[in-house]
Amino acid sequence: MLHHTVLRVVAKLLIPMILLFALYVQFHGDYSPGGGFQAGVIFAAGIILYALIFGLEDTMDALPPGVLKILSPLGVLIYAGVGVDTLLLGGNFLDYNFLAHEPTHGQHLGIFLVELGVGVTVFSTMLLLYYAFAGREPGQ
Amino acid sequence: MTVLHLYNYEIAIFLAMVGFYVVVSRGNLVKKVAGLSMFQTSVFILYISMGVVDGGTVPILVEGMTHYSNPVPHVLILTAIVVGVATTAVALSLIIRIKEAYGTVEEDEIHEQDKSF
Amino acid sequence: MNLDLTIDVLLLAFMAVIAIAVVRMRDLFGIAMLFSVFSLLSAGVFTVMDAADVAFTEAAVGAGVSTILMLATLTRTAREEQPKRSRNPTLPLIVVFVTGALLVFGTSDLPRMGDASAPAHHHVAPRYIEDSEREIGIPNIVTSVLASYRGYDTLGETTVIFTAGVAVMALLGIRRRRRREEPGEED
Repeated sequence: MLHHTVLRVVAKLLIPMILLFALYVQFHGDYSPGGGFQAGVIFAAGIILYALIFGLEDTMDALPPGVLKILSPLGVLIYAGVGVDTLLLGGNFLDYNFLAHEPTHGQHLGIFLVELGVGVTVFSTMLLLYYAFAGREPGQ
Repeated sequence: MTVLHLYNYEIAIFLAMVGFYVVVSRGNLVKKVAGLSMFQTSVFILYISMGVVDGGTVPILVEGMTHYSNPVPHVLILTAIVVGVATTAVALSLIIRIKEAYGTVEEDEIHEQDKSF
Repeated sequence: MNLDLTIDVLLLAFMAVIAIAVVRMRDLFGIAMLFSVFSLLSAGVFTVMDAADVAFTEAAVGAGVSTILMLATLTRTAREEQPKRSRNPTLPLIVVFVTGALLVFGTSDLPRMGDASAPAHHHVAPRYIEDSEREIGIPNIVTSVLASYRGYDTLGETTVIFTAGVAVMALLGIRRRRRREEPGEED
């Protein structure tokens, strides 16, 4: 753990904002620029900032790699699951019109779920990448 | 204006060629990856330049606007950027493994070690 | 549009300067930092060219995550590039110049940038712009195309990202460092 007071105080103020902003980007992506890809990366960047300042061990305690290894395929499964769901409801693969009574409601729901899947996969993969690189002992 | 109407394309090609030069002429693997990423970014610029429409705006529907820039290149590049960082990460992790196996990331030295086996 | 054009020209000129600096530098740490600036400038260019979503992604990914990954690689490999031995720069230069000349020749036929009558704007793009409000019902066209019209593509991209994560796990794995506070603890 580094003992830079300024860094630590500023990071403590910034990290909640970054995470909140990531959630905004994720769920407001229908109306403003944003979506799963961006939100996932921003959320991961917030956690990486925490790891850079408060140490990798503490971050791994809070967000264990095992959880991320489950989340990473889970996002893909959510995405593909929406597709299979529309198949079961009688439509084509990823044809969201069948998810609700109104076609546009179905589209809204489908896009929401799909973006959630993308966000979960991107977030957990980016953080896993960082864990893999940072957890490696320097030199050898 | 006539000189500038292909400016973006020319600069994108210039950046791509600088990245290409780094890839083919430098021996350091990390630098090669940096060159490759530069090439990638210049391709993104080329694509987005093709989507620009005069007098158009960001492709988010608002009342009173009729001209929007082409959303298709945006979608393609948006996903390409994130896929790009994922593949770059694979390249960098290969470099770390090469360093651990050979003790160097310089191409010449790796080739010399391979020959001496 | 004229102000847009000026900013566009300036940002791209900066990027060209940075690209040259990357070629000439030997300090890999400096290269990683310059690369981060390069990405941020390209995000600026995307904003000027009305691609807000792309700019957003490039700023977060290029200037953020990939710089951190590159720096992490540097701490595990080497900070400096070794001076190259017995390498002739002429052949790479010729190859690069010929390729560049061919590409420039190829762009001479391209429609002017911003030309609304260019073929690229007359295939599926008008349909997305005109019908997505009625068919999808959300204002951000990029999101509708990304998640709905081209949902297959995006499923593929998500799978690629997951696969890259699996590849890095296979190559590096995740090792938890031992805590310094509990030296006697066995992992």
